[in-house]
Amino acid sequence: MSIDANTVKKIAFLSHLKIEDDKVAATQEEFNKILQWVDQLKEVDTDNVEPLVSVNNEHLRLRQDEVTEGNQAEAVLANAPVKEYGYFVVPKVVE
Amino acid sequence: MSGMIIQGKTGDWEVICGLEIHCQILSKSKIFSGASTHYGSEVNENVSFIDAGMPGMLPTLNEECVRQAVKTGLGLNAKINNYSAFARKNYFYADLPQGYQITQFQYPIVGEGFVKIELENGETKDIGIERLHIEQDAGKSIHDISPTKSFIDLNRAGVGLMEIVTKPDFRSPEEAGAFLRKLRSIVRYLGTCDGNMDEGSMRCDINVSVRKVGEDGFRTRNEMKNVNSVKFVMQAIESEARRHVEVYESGGQIEQETRQFNPTTCTTKAMRKKEYAHDYRYFPEPDLPPLVLSDEYINNIKNDMVELPDAKKERFVKELGLTPYDASVICENKEVAEFFEKAASGHDAKKVANWLMGDFFAMLNEKKITLAESPISAENLGALVELVSKNVINGKTAKDVFAIMAATGDAPEKIVEEKGLKQVTDVGAIEKVVDEILANNQANVEAYKAGKTNLIGWFVGQVMKASQGKANPEVVNKLLKQKLG
Repeated sequence: MSIDANTVKKIAFLSHLKIEDDKVAATQEEFNKILQWVDQLKEVDTDNVEPLVSVNNEHLRLRQDEVTEGNQAEAVLANAPVKEYGYFVVPKVVE
Repeated sequence: MSGMIIQGKTGDWEVICGLEIHCQILSKSKIFSGASTHYGSEVNENVSFIDAGMPGMLPTLNEECVRQAVKTGLGLNAKINNYSAFARKNYFYADLPQGYQITQFQYPIVGEGFVKIELENGETKDIGIERLHIEQDAGKSIHDISPTKSFIDLNRAGVGLMEIVTKPDFRSPEEAGAFLRKLRSIVRYLGTCDGNMDEGSMRCDINVSVRKVGEDGFRTRNEMKNVNSVKFVMQAIESEARRHVEVYESGGQIEQETRQFNPTTCTTKAMRKKEYAHDYRYFPEPDLPPLVLSDEYINNIKNDMVELPDAKKERFVKELGLTPYDASVICENKEVAEFFEKAASGHDAKKVANWLMGDFFAMLNEKKITLAESPISAENLGALVELVSKNVINGKTAKDVFAIMAATGDAPEKIVEEKGLKQVTDVGAIEKVVDEILANNQANVEAYKAGKTNLIGWFVGQVMKASQGKANPEVVNKLLKQKLG
């Protein structure tokens, strides 16, 4: 399997990544190298094997339902480029 | 048949509908962080660095959210999966700062189940549940403060959600409405979600398509997101189904798209199509290992379950003699059912149900108050019914006593005692009044004897009036009939 330049652009768009036009070819090559490696993995017979969700053979530990965090609006907003009235402010997003 | 048939120019069409319902989980803290879920706090005060999507922060799953989801799954008669896993759903939006939603995809916590719904014609139908999975809610965006900017509050970001997906089993708006009311009733009984659609703690996405009666398979469906009342859901299904029929019959095709329902016009319109919008590129969540639940854990929750509306309804019909209709009305709301049970304890349950659904609900409506604020306690409502059953007061006096109870909150026995409302059952005393009325109204007595027998009602009225409503109406009737021959 290999991908073309348009697929690279589509994936960049979906990931909100900016890839300059002169970098597309190089990115395409990197993608294809990864895909070739995955193709190689496909040679292993995985019929009747459930997909692996985690390599840690460990179960999820659960947390008690207690309020332990919060009341730190200032810290949460500290890195926001724009904030007003305690809100994060972003360019208008309306569907 | 409760299915809706749309009669088109080319024949009869059937409505096909499935629902996806997001229910906010009732828990103190969020599903993956220790921030509070409290509604109405100051902006961005209930936000941890996990909720804000800060780099390097790791989610930890809230055990209460798991328990609530299992409980809800059991309430939906569904299979609880011993093994489930989390996935990332890629979705770039300002109110989801991680850039993805942690949800479940391939391995949901709850599998297939069903919910029994009751329809107006008395029939019941099982609606299939496809799955229930748990995930995190997004924050809130406010668009109307500024024309060029959106304001983001992350207090809701990370609150636990249960997404319940039904099978495409609905064949009419009525069935979908009955299902939503039933689901709301179940989660409220269980205490797993407050079920308030108008506040957004229960939100409904609708999938609608149509097909010719007798046709196999499904046609293309359209989705309407976040419809926020049972009534709007029903209207949206009907209007969308009719639109599909019109499109097909005028030679067009339905394109799969997301549409928005406008309750004011009762129509749907296509939302701006976002390119690649549905390319969520799910992949396993690397920060959370799979969730494994033992049979023992699941059984413990099962053994701890409260009595659900269906079981309660059946018990009220079998043990208390209510009609299925009365029982389902009373059982829809847990508080009403509990109030009823308390009121009916030791008394004539059917009569208590009549009072509750009649005068009592009318009184709450008139005063615009909730059940919890009722001046009449469950015990006092039961006591009032008992006074009538024991012939201490008659039905008419009971209505007057009820009005005084509603105004003062006093016990009915006290009101009857203080106002001297005890029914007169002493035949001798009533006979005296009857004789007096007959003697003073000779003309009507003659008329009755000449065949105007419907005057009996007038005579009863006169006797009741003279006795200030306290005479036992049965005794009055019997005596009058005797004497008038």
